Amino acid sequence: MTLVSRPVTKARETDEAGQARGTRRGAPYLLTVALAAALVLLALLSAGIGAYDIPLGDVLASVRHRVGLGGHALDRVGESVLWNVRLPRVTLALLVGASLGCAGALMQGVFGNPLAEPGVIGISSGAAVGAVASIALGLTFFGNWTVTVCAFVAGLATVLLVYVLSREGGRTEVVTLILTGIAVNAFAGALIGLFLFFADNAQVTQITFWQLGSLAQATWPKVLAVLPCATAGLLVAPLYARKLDLLALGERPARHLGVDVERLRTVLVLVVALLTAAAVAVAGIITFVGLLVPHLLRMAAGPGHRFLVPGSALGGAVVLVGADLAARTVAAPAELPLGVLTALFGSPFFFWLLRRTRRRQGGWA
Amino acid sequence: MIAALSRRILTGRDRALPSPAAPGDVLAETADLRVLLGGREVLKGVTVRARAGDVLALVGPNGAGKSTLLAALAADLPAASGTVRVCGRTAADWAARDLALRRAVLPQSAVLSFPFPVEDVVRMGRAPWAGTRRADDDDRIVRAAMAATEVEAFAARPFSALSGGERARVALARVLAQSAPLLLLDEPTAALDLRHQELVLRVCRERAAAGDAVVVVLHDLGLAAAYADRVVVLDGGTVAADGAPVDVFDERLLSDVYRQPVEVLPHPRTGTLLVTPRRAPAPGGPTKGDTAGG
Repeated sequence: MTLVSRPVTKARETDEAGQARGTRRGAPYLLTVALAAALVLLALLSAGIGAYDIPLGDVLASVRHRVGLGGHALDRVGESVLWNVRLPRVTLALLVGASLGCAGALMQGVFGNPLAEPGVIGISSGAAVGAVASIALGLTFFGNWTVTVCAFVAGLATVLLVYVLSREGGRTEVVTLILTGIAVNAFAGALIGLFLFFADNAQVTQITFWQLGSLAQATWPKVLAVLPCATAGLLVAPLYARKLDLLALGERPARHLGVDVERLRTVLVLVVALLTAAAVAVAGIITFVGLLVPHLLRMAAGPGHRFLVPGSALGGAVVLVGADLAARTVAAPAELPLGVLTALFGSPFFFWLLRRTRRRQGGWA
Repeated sequence: MIAALSRRILTGRDRALPSPAAPGDVLAETADLRVLLGGREVLKGVTVRARAGDVLALVGPNGAGKSTLLAALAADLPAASGTVRVCGRTAADWAARDLALRRAVLPQSAVLSFPFPVEDVVRMGRAPWAGTRRADDDDRIVRAAMAATEVEAFAARPFSALSGGERARVALARVLAQSAPLLLLDEPTAALDLRHQELVLRVCRERAAAGDAVVVVLHDLGLAAAYADRVVVLDGGTVAADGAPVDVFDERLLSDVYRQPVEVLPHPRTGTLLVTPRRAPAPGGPTKGDTAGG
């Protein structure tokens, strides 16, 4: 927080309190604009770069052509690569990233704990059990949506479980939360192992690739499969931002300020399960995005959830579109698994965060 | 009791805002209240009343049930039997938002999960008024609450960077900003230095003078004697005494309740009661009796 407080304090020395507030209030707007610009730029780059390069001008022309604003169609290959391979993939990366970032911000708010994250505390693994089960058992009762629905149900059960297990007297201690996460992750890993053991070879391959967290098989039907979950979650989440601010005071004080805490928790746990399921169902377990993005934004613009919740969705989208671009270009023609890449950069950050939290508290107690 | 409720239709919602209470109106009361915590009976038939215009101090030894009584008045804890009424209605029947317009609570310890700046924390107290006509006054009320508790100097600092006493004052500022007619304060002076203890209780008196009912848990009996209109002495979950400080602060009663001999004497200049433990004279020093007699 020193990053933020320093310029604000400086401003206060010369100006009125309102002026200082203005400085602070400005950060969210700037960040929103910057993140949105970065997202558009990365999306366009990602649509153009790859084994078959499409110049930026052509990407824009083709998009304009399709929405009927002039432009022109590309040749048959270019058109097909852009619309059947690249754009579904970019869209999927955007949805998954937004879901993960937003879910992270919400979980940290609900648990009142900056280390909460769907991956760390096992929600993603829980949702993965549902997804793996549906693949291994060959379930198709909801057609295209089967994997998503199974991931949602299992994810929801896991959030509830973690919530009940890690709370004591209205508070969630860091240690309890992380240890609960270890237990849940271990159990989910065992279940996934069991399903793998009983699956046939084709299913094993499918599950393994899915588990590594990749967007390589992105198609429009897949986008459609997660769109309802992700959109519902992303639209509902910002409505609860103010109440999440109050929840930072603790449950009782939040209730004293008129928040129906039980209802708030129920709704947000559902939203987190929706968002996580959406992300896990298509992309496997992608960790640390939900941890890293809200943290960086909190450092830059303060902990107010009115910016943090939508901002984390935007930031998550930026990170994932960027990471996916890197995953498929860094070692081209080979493609790195996305989940591996985010974990590679996310884990050291998590480690740093743990150290810092410990230092601030003076131990885990 | 708040009889007339002003009705406002704002943001499509019909929310009854509380109207100012007349002095002497009972804003919170318990009748023969019993409360169980983890199967243990913590309050055993407690009857208290908080009136508009009064500062009511709850005192008593550790574990006497002061905080439990405050939590019951705040509608945090359910009654095992007996009643708790806030602003004329059973506490449990109020919707959280409506109750938030009528009573504010200062918890014993102020915690915050994320490093919000002080001013934002104080502003959280205005949350119940969002969307009502009185939300227009938010800025003025937040500034006034910060001035009253002397926290303006670190308005922009993150809450997590404050000392214990500073946090306690910020928490109090948030509670004052809520502008509820019933104030429930759990040990607001515990973490404070001498100057700020006095400041907080002066604020309590000002709020009472403005027509609010203030219920405050105190450990310092001298503060209670100096600032409270009425004192309720709790002992083992029952009311041992209830009345004006001059009537309640009796040496025998306090010595019994605290299981510690105490002396009650009037201040030589102001006449306010002073309550101190009975101690052996300091070796070699002058005896207190001499000065009090002179």
